[in-house]
Amino acid sequence: MLILECPYCGVMADETELSPGYEAHLKRFGPGASDDEFESYMFARKNPKGVHFERWRHAYGCGKWFLAARCTATLEVFGTYPAQSSAPPAALVAKIKAKRPDWEGF
Amino acid sequence: MKRYSVFAIAREAMRQHQGWEKAWASPAPKAQYDAIIIGAGGHGLATAYYLGRNFGITNVAILEKGWLGGGNTGRNTTIIRSNYLQDPSAALYEKARGLYENLSQELNYNVMFSPRGLLMLAQTHHEVRGYLRTVHANMLQGVETRWIEPAEVKQLVPIINIDGPRYPVLGALYQERGGTARHDAVAWGYARACSDMGMDIIQQCEVTAVRSKNGQVEGVETTKGYIGTKKLGIVVAGHSGQVAEMAGFRLPIEAVALQALVSEPIKPCMDVVVMANTVHGYMSQSDKGEMVIGGGTDGFNNFTQRGSFHHIEETLRALVETFPMISRLKMLRQWGGVVDMTGDRSPILSKTPLGNCFINCGWGTGGFKAIPGSGWAMAELIAKGEPGPLAAAFGMERFREGRFIDESVAAGVAH
Repeated sequence: MLILECPYCGVMADETELSPGYEAHLKRFGPGASDDEFESYMFARKNPKGVHFERWRHAYGCGKWFLAARCTATLEVFGTYPAQSSAPPAALVAKIKAKRPDWEGF
Repeated sequence: MKRYSVFAIAREAMRQHQGWEKAWASPAPKAQYDAIIIGAGGHGLATAYYLGRNFGITNVAILEKGWLGGGNTGRNTTIIRSNYLQDPSAALYEKARGLYENLSQELNYNVMFSPRGLLMLAQTHHEVRGYLRTVHANMLQGVETRWIEPAEVKQLVPIINIDGPRYPVLGALYQERGGTARHDAVAWGYARACSDMGMDIIQQCEVTAVRSKNGQVEGVETTKGYIGTKKLGIVVAGHSGQVAEMAGFRLPIEAVALQALVSEPIKPCMDVVVMANTVHGYMSQSDKGEMVIGGGTDGFNNFTQRGSFHHIEETLRALVETFPMISRLKMLRQWGGVVDMTGDRSPILSKTPLGNCFINCGWGTGGFKAIPGSGWAMAELIAKGEPGPLAAAFGMERFREGRFIDESVAAGVAH
């Protein structure tokens, strides 16, 4: 069972308490965007077999959205951080890099 | 290839079964092929088979990183149906179901197709309206389905509880020619037929890179060396994104885990397939007597072939209410598969940004039923370089153009 720490309320929440929100840090495009940009925002996904940054909501807890770094090949959780982040925290990136030397980086 | 027949069984019985041939050869890869299919699962093997059968292209290699039929082909709940809402889906899945009818004879391999009838239970009023709409759509599409009332459901499935307080059965969408088949045999039968046509099935050969020149595919690097090809078909289900990345493009796909489980074998008690979509419970009884149960998908990207326990728990909790007699059944095995989900829950059969490279993926949670039709349409796409009528609507440009084949809304669930 997947257990993620909610960065807001600090609860170690198991999966049944959370709602998944798929890939994080998507760059949003709206009016005026090219077809390519809009298509990639709407549909194209990294879907990596390895380090994945994703959105979760502490649905049956504090109700807030947060972000998590997780390995899709092993289900190892590297860490969580607030949703108000345009990129993962440097400390988390360094931690992942140490555990996954082959990782291409964020 | 020696044909399988009752006479062959008698002959081999007389000589201690010494004369059976290997069903397919395991050759070393040649330097160059007319077409390479990546992925020796049901869809990949069917693609190769129809390339040979319908288009005479037999200088074909099928590359498989694991073993033949070892992915989702060997992990599904073997359900076959074509009661889809949207016209392109109904056409493709009905083509597949029709091909399943004669597949054992055509391949000379018993795939144990059992058109035992399939019920999709309506357990909410929303579902009742949805399935009535599907029945009408199917009528126009030439797919034989009908709406049945709870009393007939009870007659077909005596073990069902139709007036459960939480999940009452309000009727069902009934497809009499839907059913099941032996999933491994489908892969094995196609593999044997492909091998017989002179195609090379190369197992434990992982593609590590796709080579191209001037925007045209040239060959693939594999763990068994470089192999050249004029055309490339990518048919790798859960790992489509990884192979697509090698070929230089990105897919509108996310991979998640889907689980299934089987019970201990019991006496025959249910001779139809029952799908309860509201609660993600799909149940049929195998020839061995096991109750085969499919569950829902997890909601997060996952390549581990393991799913979350709470999904199994939710599925079984609801099934026990609908089928009270299974409450004391022990479960023998539980497993997961990595399924490739698209945004509209419909597959992708498409040309790609790389010339002469084609992709067949996105079957999500319902690929097994489509294997013959998918192979048929994909072979046409590869042979002609352009999609035929079955595949035309399934190009991946549909996302960009907003032409979704929206089966997620149609079914109300993944399927």
